[in-house]
Amino acid sequence: MIINMPPPALVFILGAVLIPFIRGKAKAVYMLAIPVVVFITLLNLPMGNAWIVEFWGYELIMGRVDKLSLVFAYVFTIMAFLGVLFALHVKDNLQHVSGLVYVGSTLGVVLAGDFLSLYLFWEIMAVASTFLIIASRTRASREAGFRYILVHLIGGLFLLAGIVLYIQKTGTIAFDYIGLTGVESYLIFIGIALNAAAIPLHAWLPDAYPMGTPTSTVFLSAFTTKSAVYLLIRTFPGADILLVIGALMVSLPIFYAVLENDIRRVLSYSLMNQVGFMLVGIGIGTELALNGAVAHAFCHIIYKALLFMAAGSVLQMTGKIKCTEIGGLYKTMPLTCLFCMVGAASISAFPLFSGFVSKSMIISASGHEQIFLIWLVLQFASTGVVDHAGIKVPFFTFFGHDSGIRAKEPPLNMLLAMGIAAALCVGLGVFYQPLYNLLPFPVHYEPYTGAHVIGQLQLLMFGALAFTLLILSGYYVPEVRSRNLDADWTYRKFGRFAYKIADRGLNALNRVSERILMRIIKGIVSFFKTMAANLALFVSVNVWLVLGYRGKRLELKKARLYDDIFQGTLPIGIGAAVTITFVLLMYVLT
Amino acid sequence: MKKELTIFDNPKNVKRLRMGFFVALVMLLIAESFVEMHGYFSVEHFYGFYAVYGFISYVLLIFAAKVLRKIIMRKEDYYDH
Repeated sequence: MIINMPPPALVFILGAVLIPFIRGKAKAVYMLAIPVVVFITLLNLPMGNAWIVEFWGYELIMGRVDKLSLVFAYVFTIMAFLGVLFALHVKDNLQHVSGLVYVGSTLGVVLAGDFLSLYLFWEIMAVASTFLIIASRTRASREAGFRYILVHLIGGLFLLAGIVLYIQKTGTIAFDYIGLTGVESYLIFIGIALNAAAIPLHAWLPDAYPMGTPTSTVFLSAFTTKSAVYLLIRTFPGADILLVIGALMVSLPIFYAVLENDIRRVLSYSLMNQVGFMLVGIGIGTELALNGAVAHAFCHIIYKALLFMAAGSVLQMTGKIKCTEIGGLYKTMPLTCLFCMVGAASISAFPLFSGFVSKSMIISASGHEQIFLIWLVLQFASTGVVDHAGIKVPFFTFFGHDSGIRAKEPPLNMLLAMGIAAALCVGLGVFYQPLYNLLPFPVHYEPYTGAHVIGQLQLLMFGALAFTLLILSGYYVPEVRSRNLDADWTYRKFGRFAYKIADRGLNALNRVSERILMRIIKGIVSFFKTMAANLALFVSVNVWLVLGYRGKRLELKKARLYDDIFQGTLPIGIGAAVTITFVLLMYVLT
Repeated sequence: MKKELTIFDNPKNVKRLRMGFFVALVMLLIAESFVEMHGYFSVEHFYGFYAVYGFISYVLLIFAAKVLRKIIMRKEDYYDH
């Protein structure tokens, strides 16, 4: 029965395409059924390779099934269910379709046993997630989405270049452990590390994620970074550079999280910090550390989604999400507040909550390998998590100064999604053995020893004591409306400045050659754009006709699509260019 | 009028919460004498190491962030055209 099922990635992607044609209750049931069907498929998958397709003489493996890929596939599918449930009331089909395509492509990446299908799903993932960012349809979100897709396409090109060299060198498209050994491995590493938001390739994350809608950011928080973590575990375990990157990632973002005013941007920096713990685990590379990285990814996906759901609920019900504008919301949103605090306790690694049973594996592994400095940094970062995610997010949202806002609880589906996620956080923290059984290596680790529980509680509670004293004495960082500079400054401000200098200085010298070059580039760009625009128009007009758009509304929609593509606010043109470049490369090299 | 929780509007309740918190802190310090802190590093054997390290880390984090804010903070509309 399972063999006859299409691969999970395709179930999601093809399933998503039908969403706009279904209405009412049937639509809700249909969308929730997709992750359930995939989860049942995953439970019944035999180990080994499945869904092998011949393609241009290569063997595409769409189902590499082993313990490592399965545990990630499980948590991504659970997350898909939570995300769909949380967004069930949303009327906008664009979000539902791109959300499920995004999930599908992530599962494609996780289950891919070869580089070609990996790259295909990798690019779909980038494009689908971009639509989730621009889904709020504001100017800021469009611009952030545009920067996001540009950064990811550049990362994708690094990956592609690495893959092409890898195939040339090894003669096979299958991959497993690679290790940092040659040019191609470094190119692949950069491509993957960018998706993991590894410093200094991280700025896209806090730039773009806070721009999504209340529900789409929940999807964004789960998939891109953790599928990159999965790939790093598979291809580069024990790479020393990951220790350095991971140490930077656990520590630097927490300073930003302390300063940031927008709650969803606080959570974005916090996401980087958590991925930092995983990268340190991968860098250590022992069985305990890798198990820890996997377990932490599993727990983190759920509690981080829970925190983003709570923030999304607040945003949806109040229209505000900045510390300076909200506060005192526990009075009318007690359930949301409670769920948020469960998420906060989990990310802070309080005993009996999920973060405790996963993060401690990584910290213990660093102790086990006697890497004292890393161990100290991880403990420091743990206190930092208590501050920004454990205390700041719930405190300034639901307590703190009373903003006077009296918003209602969010709709039932959102409360349910948060409730299930919160139950999972507690469940994983108390009954951790089922999770440990899923990990890639056998586990000989006991998180609940007296020393460990007391030590961790002291660390957290005395951190909280510091917060209490700082708040009471007025020394705590005041909440200010502000913009904090990060690495995206280089391409948002300096890039423009450098372009102007180059424009003035060099233009005189090579005006002629530039004019010719520009004409060629413009020609190519407009070729792709026209092609993409026509293709998109052709497909869309048919869909709109089926959906019942006629006359003026149809004209309006057509005009908007055309404008979007030509002003470059939609990533289709670039996507098409990348795809065609890829196909050309395939011909040139084989 | 829909019902509202006002439990923390009462200063007495806030005080109670704070007292409970301080009692928990003291109990955590006492509890350390009943368990063997078998750590990976010698620093872990200092009595109350985690409490001290947690407290100092937190304070340092906040003060360092305040310094960092002087360097990186711009107006909210910094990137707007």
